[in-house]
Amino acid sequence: MIEKTLKGKPAYWVWLAFLGMFMAVGAACYVRQYNFGLGMTGMSRNVSWGLYISQFTFLVGVAAGGVMLVLPYYIHNYKDFGRITILGEFLAIAAIVMCLLFIMADLGQPMRALNVVLHPSPHSMLFYDAIVLNGYLFLNILCGWVILTAEKKQVKPPKWIYFFVYLSIPFAVSIHTVTAMLYCGLPGRHFWLSAIIAPRFLASAFAAGPALIVIACLVLKRVAGFDAGRKAMNKLVTIIIYAALLNMFFVGLEFFVGYYSNIPGHKHALQYLFFGLEHHGHVYNNLVPFMWAFVILAFGAIATLATPAAKKNDFVLGLGCVALFVAFWLDKGIGFVLAGFVPNPLHEITEYVPTMNELGITIGVWATGFFVVTVLYKIAIGVEHEVEEC
Amino acid sequence: MDKQRRKFLKIAGASVIAGIGAPAIIKLSGTSAHASGGRVVPAAGHAPAVAHGAHGEEAPKGVRLGMVIDMRKFADKPELLDGAISACIDAHNIPQYPDKKNEIKWLWKAPFESVFTDQSAYHSSKRITETDFAVLCNHCDDPPCVRACPTQATFKSPTTGIVAMDFHRCIGCRFCMAACPYGARSFNWQDPRPYIKKYNKNFPSRMKGVVEKCNFCAERLALGQEPACVESCKGTGAITFGDLNDAKSEVRAILDKEFTIQRKPTLGTKPSVFYIV
Repeated sequence: MIEKTLKGKPAYWVWLAFLGMFMAVGAACYVRQYNFGLGMTGMSRNVSWGLYISQFTFLVGVAAGGVMLVLPYYIHNYKDFGRITILGEFLAIAAIVMCLLFIMADLGQPMRALNVVLHPSPHSMLFYDAIVLNGYLFLNILCGWVILTAEKKQVKPPKWIYFFVYLSIPFAVSIHTVTAMLYCGLPGRHFWLSAIIAPRFLASAFAAGPALIVIACLVLKRVAGFDAGRKAMNKLVTIIIYAALLNMFFVGLEFFVGYYSNIPGHKHALQYLFFGLEHHGHVYNNLVPFMWAFVILAFGAIATLATPAAKKNDFVLGLGCVALFVAFWLDKGIGFVLAGFVPNPLHEITEYVPTMNELGITIGVWATGFFVVTVLYKIAIGVEHEVEEC
Repeated sequence: MDKQRRKFLKIAGASVIAGIGAPAIIKLSGTSAHASGGRVVPAAGHAPAVAHGAHGEEAPKGVRLGMVIDMRKFADKPELLDGAISACIDAHNIPQYPDKKNEIKWLWKAPFESVFTDQSAYHSSKRITETDFAVLCNHCDDPPCVRACPTQATFKSPTTGIVAMDFHRCIGCRFCMAACPYGARSFNWQDPRPYIKKYNKNFPSRMKGVVEKCNFCAERLALGQEPACVESCKGTGAITFGDLNDAKSEVRAILDKEFTIQRKPTLGTKPSVFYIV
């Protein structure tokens, strides 16, 4: 099936070359960082995780979001998702590839990464994260490939594969739960020390992941002659709206706990994110515009997707999904990780601004993810077309 | 290689504890009025039958090295703390960067409100507001950084209770920095060697991409010496070092006599550094 990636319209090659350019820039930036050290980034002693880990966190959600297609299709036999479930699985693969690249980019000593395997440490949440992420990657490659091969041959998928399909469902939940546990089990980081982090992560994942799949379907409809069908899209929109509302509800609960209890430690990070945090006469607020953009975009997107127009008009649907994806990226891919470091354990404030080199690597990894998903979707759509022809 | 190194350190540590091979037993700042004059570090396994702590804390087992910092002494003589800090810097090849971003700190100064964020600083006395407090790794009895580390590059020494680092195993994920509630850990954002002012051949310099922090001078203890900061304050009683689990130790004598506080005790990390404010 891999041969399908080698034949395409000029636009396909131009798109891959376009992504390849950013990948090359990212690689060059990474060589610089590898040689000099992580001092090439905007991270510091006080904000010791930056864009890499925040992108990782967000993309784990995108990967987990694929389960919103797998679960209705395989467990509830929701046939309308039949054509697009493979898109969810392939998106998960690309997202996990990005996650692993971001982790590698963030390591101070990447050549020692295998120490996590050589010296397994069951008390560390990173140990479990490595297991579930790689496990989920493996499951999606296996299930996606076997089921697509069966489709190509126009036979039923082998029975044994369903074991792995069903297994991938708890794995999807586990990757984001364990990722949340990286944060919510740390004493002394009040913003992260909240039992609602894992559910909140899952809610935002189940909105942002499917939103990206809807966007992908709309793009594929235009460029690849692949129509996922309105019924499937509208069902996805329903899932997106409920998950997005849940995420906003959970964010609201964080505000209630912080502000009603009036415990300073529980308010600081929220103050920093949404209003600016005053310290020794200086107001630190460089994330405030991002967070209000998140709130406005999120509610705007939910309202847009809930209108009848989104059920019929592709443009309105696409607009709503893009807005929602960006909103939840701002929330989890920017705000959540960075605010955990403000203030630091000594109640000092350091603000984080990524460097150009760091942005280059970040964009390079994203481009790699889009490259992977393009190639995988090319295979999936190619098989679909082949089956339709005969 | 790494394993052998660690094994060596463990054996070296253990032999100090047992009093074998080390030229002298670690001696505490003996001039203090509370000096017990006896051995500081007891033979391994000699867990004293002390009264149980409040709230059902389990009976102490083995050696738990700890420290009492008498801030009254530092308030009277601020230069003492500066001396201790520079002794620490010289002993461990700690790079001195001009900027805050790259900072590597093992022992440093911070105001009361930063060190004791849970304590009220409302209308504090002049001595509190004007004195710089000594800040270092707390060598917690239940260290969150050790729990977080995915490679056991940071670990609690079973023989001394020191929270130690293996610079050769650390992958630089900085999970421990997020986990430490005391801000005690620093990361080498770049090669630190050009920023080391005076090179000490008896302690390794680090490479870029690894985390580091105070090690209670495990390498000096192995030679029967006191930690560099303790030695630098010798005779003043500003810092007292020893086994918190040994009822006869000098630190215990001070803990029994004075009112001491720990940083963020509510987090359950059981810090081994105590302060007399």
